[in-house]
Amino acid sequence: MRQFRLARNIALGIKNLLLHKLRSVLTMLGVVFGVGSVIAMLSVGEGASQEALERIRMLGSNNIIITSMKPVEEEAGSGGRMLRLSVYGLLYDDEQRIRETFPAVDRTVPVKILRKEGRLHDQTLELRMVATVADWADLVQRPIIAGRTLIERDIKDRANVVVLTEYGARRLLATQSSIGQTLKLGPDYFEVVGIVKNETGPAGGVQTPDQEVDAYVPLSLARERFGDINRRRTAGSEESERVELHQMIVQLKSTDDVERVAAGIEAMLKRFHKKLDYKMSIPLALLREAEATKRRFNIVLGSIAGISLLVGGIGIMNIMLASVTERTREIGIRRAIGAKRKQIVMQFLIETVVLSTIGGLIGVGIGVIIPWLITYFANMPTVVRLYSLVLSVGISMGVGIVFGLYPAIRAAALDPIVALRHE
Amino acid sequence: MTMTLQATPSLRPSPPDNDHVIRFVNVRKTYIMGSEEVHALAGVTLPFRRGSFWALMGPSGSGKSTMLNVLGCLDRPTSGQYFLESRDVSSLSDDALSEFRLRHFGFIFQSFNLIPQLTVRENIELPLYYLGWEAAASAARAEELAQRVGLTGRLNHRPNQLSGGQQQRVAIARALANDPVVLLADEPTGNLDSATGNQIMHLLTELNDQGKTILMVTHEPDIAVYAHQRLHLRDGLIDRIEGAH
Ligand SMILES: Nc1ncnc2c1ncn2[C@@H]1O[C@H](COP(=O)(O)OP(=O)(O)O)[C@@H](O)[C@H]1O
Ligand SMILES: [Mg+2]
Repeated sequence: MRQFRLARNIALGIKNLLLHKLRSVLTMLGVVFGVGSVIAMLSVGEGASQEALERIRMLGSNNIIITSMKPVEEEAGSGGRMLRLSVYGLLYDDEQRIRETFPAVDRTVPVKILRKEGRLHDQTLELRMVATVADWADLVQRPIIAGRTLIERDIKDRANVVVLTEYGARRLLATQSSIGQTLKLGPDYFEVVGIVKNETGPAGGVQTPDQEVDAYVPLSLARERFGDINRRRTAGSEESERVELHQMIVQLKSTDDVERVAAGIEAMLKRFHKKLDYKMSIPLALLREAEATKRRFNIVLGSIAGISLLVGGIGIMNIMLASVTERTREIGIRRAIGAKRKQIVMQFLIETVVLSTIGGLIGVGIGVIIPWLITYFANMPTVVRLYSLVLSVGISMGVGIVFGLYPAIRAAALDPIVALRHE
Repeated sequence: MTMTLQATPSLRPSPPDNDHVIRFVNVRKTYIMGSEEVHALAGVTLPFRRGSFWALMGPSGSGKSTMLNVLGCLDRPTSGQYFLESRDVSSLSDDALSEFRLRHFGFIFQSFNLIPQLTVRENIELPLYYLGWEAAASAARAEELAQRVGLTGRLNHRPNQLSGGQQQRVAIARALANDPVVLLADEPTGNLDSATGNQIMHLLTELNDQGKTILMVTHEPDIAVYAHQRLHLRDGLIDRIEGAH
């Protein structure tokens, strides 16, 4: 019986709305555009943040990344001199200390960045190299194009092997057939054992932008053969740096330990480094920050949504008040026949809710189409979440209830005798 | 106009004398207009027998409409008692009064008061809707009522597609839908030409013959003769009563 009445009420509501089609459509426009634009904006925001979060997640939420950084004073002093040696950065000892001090640390991956002249056949180039350990490949997970990546044995044996990146291979005109060939690096000869892809994303992998990496070599060998001094020649002056490690990735066993261990590492580094010549970055913190940013974005969106739905709701209320006045006589007739006040309230409330819900549904349709168009034409990532659709329709219904209540109560409060006399 | 024989009360068996469907005991309705009190009903005591047919008459402002509104539970008396089927309804809540209207009364108005956006069928079904009838049952009832008031084949029309007389027939069918104890009519022929008005009056007379109590406001003597009793009001008081009482 109840459902049957509700269905009849809804049918009656729709019928009354169809009686004034243009007016009904104009009335719901506020809700339509409110809901549509909110869903569209949410989807763009969601798309962007999902992309950003994915990039950060690739850095590994249980990693701590420490990068060597030239201290500010050193930088300032380097201007006038012709020859100068700067000593800074992470030490081999730092790595060992971190590994031994914190049981929560699963492994550490040290990275040394080198520039050496390389020669493959008759191609000669200054190569940008990363000297590291086998775990690196495991951490960054670059697709292998040919051959293999560095393995544990290469490190232990201090093997003369080199893994080219796709980019490096292109610079040296190396192809798949170059596997097994010999690359001359400085005074030494290295066997090319593999080619891997560069990461193309801006924040890809670890903070060494991979586009700039031409090759990987075993750290043990690089340390022994090339030492820790990097020379850089610029227009007449020569600048040298002594840096043991350029970067260190500390991987923890669990995400829960990240903040505690990061603080511990920071304290330890402070003790052993007189100057601030390193920078720590914690993907988990970045992740949290990105999530907080997203939350703030959603709050702003929510406010916009709230305002637009408020405007839409006021529009609906305005029209419903006019409708109540217009239908005063009908209300009087229904009351004379025996309709109770709450039945009149329900009748008008249902009409408003039907109106706002249909508006909400049309808005959802628009809100789904717009992101699709954005992705299709502007090539921007958008993600429409189901919850945003359900929530929007729910809120539209809520708007109908909130803004329909007053006109409905006004209708029900009419004195039937007065209402019947209304012209 | 012709006065038909069937309108005379003597041709019908009289109901028992004490079977009063409605009793007014010193009913007053006072409106406050600024500093002035207007006594629309200034103390009316009157029983209405079941099956009777009353015409409420009197000059404009004498309290006819007020009396009909109180009779129909659309309004509460300021003081006094109103017994409907032996129950005092003079101070019931709005919801309770609605319930009484729904179950005991049928209203017929001068201006028909059909809901324009509803079809004839839907208008007739309206009381049944509030009574909670199922769609099939109320559709059947609407058809039966339409036939009873002489309206067939018009169920899917809108009120504005019908003549005044037909609209009033729809209103009567609607007033009958809940099988009311009392039919209340406020100038039911006021918007009709005299021929159509007489047809409507014949229909009401027929309904009265079938046992419906009818209380009708009119100022036209030609219409009032259809009733068995004529109550003349003046300044909110009973001036005189004509006819069998
Ligand atoms: N709502 C009201 N407020 C104030 N005075 C009213 C109201 N309704 C009726 N009256 C007054 O009560 C008296 C009786 O009115 P009414 O019952 O409408 O008379 P009738 O129907 O016989 O013309 C009149 O003086 C009228 O002005
Ligand atoms: Mg009147």
